[in-house]
Amino acid sequence: MEELVNIFVRSVFIDNMVFAYFLGMCSYLAVSKTVTTANGLGIAVIFVLGITVPINYLIENYFLMAGALSWLGPRFAELDLSFLSFIMFIAVIASMVQLVEMVVEKFVPALYSSLGIFLPLIAVNCAILGGSLFMQEREYSTIAEATSFGLGSGVGFYLAIVGLAAIREKIKYSNVPPPLRGLGITFIITGLMGIAFMSFLGINL
Amino acid sequence: MSQKEQTEKEPLFSPKNIRLLTNPLDDDNPITVLVLGICSALAVTVMLKPAVVMTLSVVCVMGLANLIVSLLRETIPPRIRIIVQLVVIASLVILVDQVLKAFLYDVSRQLSVFVGLIITNCIIMGRLEAFALYNKPWPSFLDGVGNAAGYGIILIIVAFLRELLGSGTVYGYPVIEYLGLYEIGYVDNGFMILPPMALITVGVIIWVQRARNQKLIESN
Repeated sequence: MEELVNIFVRSVFIDNMVFAYFLGMCSYLAVSKTVTTANGLGIAVIFVLGITVPINYLIENYFLMAGALSWLGPRFAELDLSFLSFIMFIAVIASMVQLVEMVVEKFVPALYSSLGIFLPLIAVNCAILGGSLFMQEREYSTIAEATSFGLGSGVGFYLAIVGLAAIREKIKYSNVPPPLRGLGITFIITGLMGIAFMSFLGINL
Repeated sequence: MSQKEQTEKEPLFSPKNIRLLTNPLDDDNPITVLVLGICSALAVTVMLKPAVVMTLSVVCVMGLANLIVSLLRETIPPRIRIIVQLVVIASLVILVDQVLKAFLYDVSRQLSVFVGLIITNCIIMGRLEAFALYNKPWPSFLDGVGNAAGYGIILIIVAFLRELLGSGTVYGYPVIEYLGLYEIGYVDNGFMILPPMALITVGVIIWVQRARNQKLIESN
């Protein structure tokens, strides 16, 4: 349990998707003009990461890894399909996003209308594929750890995007030098936020 | 190439085609103007070498993906085009990844997940959607290479600055030490190696570019 909390906190603050690995930057910059939309995208990311990372964990460990297919019989024990992981992961993500969209639309229409366009967009958000690829690289030992990592990364992204949106709403009232307006100042704000997040580096649970 | 030149009516490097290649370098730069493909751009810029390898990988993937999708453009049903595009990109990325693992193993370790993330690089999807689906193979190929080069040029500038200021080397050569600046008290700025400085460097590049090219300035 302690390990799970540790992984969660690490992935929210220290290995933050946005500030430490620059994942999901495109939508992070494009959808952070107002807090409401940022909120919608952030929740959708938490949702999808929390679902796709454990599923890809199962696929990785029972289909793709070297020796993962040994449950099919000794003939398959030698097989190593890990070169297929990119295409498998992206297929899982694209289809899960589609599935989640349909389920949410059917059962929670209120949530669906607040997520709106963001759900389909997420299929090509690098934070989602990045979550699965980091899960593969870091070799988590149980599915619970992988889930905790997925949710933590989602929450980290959520914090980052809502924070940036709040700052951008305020910065409208400041006098920014013309060439820096819009994109330039947003980059610099993100950099400063990243420096602030680096102060969590010392945390060790 | 020469054979193709004879069969094409329009010259291979007509002014229009050249523009496809050069526009993304400045006016339509994918990173600083269109805000696409930033995700992978920043993480690989601590050193120049991974940045160069990343640029070459993206040039290959993007040129070929544009070419393939453009060849298939009349046979792809619009409803499933996104999946088709993803499959084309993912297969090309797998090829690039395997080549890197075979010939440049140390760089491939450094790039870690970011080679895989070329798949979700929004420039590639963006250009496929906006250009390759509606244009002939050769212009599409040029458009892909041009946009990848525009992406690469920012990558290389950022990596050059960060490596020079952060570790005092250029492409692994200890330039600062060679110039003897350490003896007169120069110290490397270790801060440049940390992730947030990549963002601030790009911010400054945007600033310089827009100060030079006034028509890119945003209203707010």
